[in-house]
Amino acid sequence: MKVLVTVKRVIDYNVKVRVKSDNSGVDLNNVKMAMNPFCEIAVEEAIRLKEAGIATEVVAVSVGEKSCQEQLRTALALGADRAIHVEAEQELESLNVAKLLAKVVEAEQPGIVILGKQAIDTDNNQTGQMLSALTGMAQGTFASNIEIKDDKALVTREVDGGLQTIELAMPIIATTDLRLNEPRYASLPNIMKAKRKPLETKTVEELGVTIKEHTKLLSVTPPEERQAGIKVADVAELVDKLKNEAKVIG
Amino acid sequence: MSILVIAEHDNDTLKSATLNTVTAAAAIGGDVAVLVAGSDCQAVAQEAAKISGVSQVIVADNVAYANQLAENMQPLIVELAAGKTHILAPATTSGKNIMPGVAALLDVAQISEVTKIESADVFERPIYAGNALAKVQSLDSVKVLTVRTTAFEEAALEGSAAVEAHGAAHDAGKSSYIGEEVVESERPELTAAKVIISGGRGMGNGENFSILEAVADKLGAAVGASRAAVDAGFVSNDMQVGQTGKIVAPELYIAVGISGAIQHLAGMKDSKVIVAINKDDEAPIFSVADYGLVADLFEAVPEFESNL
Ligand SMILES: Cc1cc2nc3c(=O)[nH]c(=O)nc-3n(C[C@H](O)[C@H](O)[C@H](O)COP(=O)(O)OP(=O)(O)OC[C@H]3O[C@@H](n4cnc5c(N)ncnc54)[C@H](O)[C@@H]3O)c2cc1C
Ligand SMILES: Nc1ncnc2c1ncn2[C@@H]1O[C@H](COP(=O)(O)O)[C@@H](O)[C@H]1O
Repeated sequence: MKVLVTVKRVIDYNVKVRVKSDNSGVDLNNVKMAMNPFCEIAVEEAIRLKEAGIATEVVAVSVGEKSCQEQLRTALALGADRAIHVEAEQELESLNVAKLLAKVVEAEQPGIVILGKQAIDTDNNQTGQMLSALTGMAQGTFASNIEIKDDKALVTREVDGGLQTIELAMPIIATTDLRLNEPRYASLPNIMKAKRKPLETKTVEELGVTIKEHTKLLSVTPPEERQAGIKVADVAELVDKLKNEAKVIG
Repeated sequence: MSILVIAEHDNDTLKSATLNTVTAAAAIGGDVAVLVAGSDCQAVAQEAAKISGVSQVIVADNVAYANQLAENMQPLIVELAAGKTHILAPATTSGKNIMPGVAALLDVAQISEVTKIESADVFERPIYAGNALAKVQSLDSVKVLTVRTTAFEEAALEGSAAVEAHGAAHDAGKSSYIGEEVVESERPELTAAKVIISGGRGMGNGENFSILEAVADKLGAAVGASRAAVDAGFVSNDMQVGQTGKIVAPELYIAVGISGAIQHLAGMKDSKVIVAINKDDEAPIFSVADYGLVADLFEAVPEFESNL
């Protein structure tokens, strides 16, 4: 069984983002970029499936500018066997990404596609679900456990009320939640080896997808800053402030 | 404008997230219908019919919808989308699971976690963990939105809409529900609570959360947690507040032993009053706290509780 795993290049999660003064977007100049943390979890899960003898090959895919090859190399260093870069100059909406991924799925015929539940830049949380609808593959979103047995998968999902387990007919789409696993780091020898692993480039035209614009970004603005309040000296003052100043407790 | 709101419920009772979503729908303006898809869910339909501003409730009562599996819900919603201009669901784990596929099947975008309705086709939503707000115009004929419930008030229950049954059953046969580990609690739900007290890594272990629970008992509060506390196994995942957990905006949020990483702030910085108790006076949580107390939580929290 083949595993397809998706990797998005995003701003590093530790970076405090700044909105551009012309309100056209977020300033990404000279900002540290990294693999989306949920995709790291997806790559780790794919590699574990291979180590467990369930998967035979792990293929990493990224859609974006040339620079996203850096994150694909990281996936290869972590243990993916080969990578596919789908070239796209501008940032694409999730539906367009899902359509491109659907074409890759059609060509590769994976038993499971693992995506992050959410990209931490757009916070969209939709690409995996869209891919599922477009391919007709069953979905297990926000997964904290994935168990594959022959032609079925048991997926435990992090839902608002707790944990839910569903059974899906293979092939499936899974999206990762934080507790699925703890991603490993790439070792230096593996980083060197990754440079020789195959990385194939495909264009949107080659995949036969027409990119359609569904939304227009009108502006990006900073949120209202919350002002820091005061430090209270002790518990008694805290209780007094909450009762008599903020009036939030009786 | 003709709007369809997907109700969230457990077949017995309507979840309040539906009420916030109806308020967002009303802000768009036009006719609002609510879909109650479930199994043996007539009581929910009756409840939904009382939501102010709703003109029609559509009930799809079939075992196929008992657990609102995405693969079964999607063809139903797509079928009911005919003639609709907007389809809304709360941005809960259920709404997030179902709606993107609906959008894909309709070949339209989904606009996630809407916090403001500017007009019938312009919406505001947070990006980058709430560190930026995007104003987005939809170019699609049908707008598929998920709604951040904390950004909209709950609609009142003073209406009386017509209830209509929808017979079609879609069972894709691709997925089935096995079971659920639901944490039973007498406390209010995090996303609806007026007061929340949350613990972080500083709590040290799960047993220590009992000191937060004692406060919660006195304040009628819900108990939340940071990711670090959940990852360390102190408490269950449904308690996580943050960018990738629950988004909350209570009247009072008390952060205990939480440093205040941007991913945590993303989930609680819209709370009305924020209190932070942390022994590190440089902790970033103090930059958003109205009242900060630099203290050891194991002394401060029990003392706070006995002063209530
Ligand atoms: C993709 C991604 C998504 C994430 N999503 C979330 C999310 O949704 N929610 C979330 O919370 N985090 C999230 N995080 C994690 C986030 O970055 C932080 O790691 C996390 O919030 C830290 O939790 P904490 O504040 O409890 O722990 P720490 O940062 O370790 O802070 C513990 C605090 O406790 C204080 N303390 C310790 N002992 C005591 C004591 N005895 N008395 C008083 N104070 C004490 C310390 O001074 C410290 O400030 C995410 C991270 C990533 C990469
Ligand atoms: N441009 C992209 N290239 C590769 N994978 C992507 C891309 N965009 C989104 N994804 C995948 O879809 C997941 C969810 O993204 P989103 O729906 O945008 O929040 C991400 O974690 C990635 O795994």
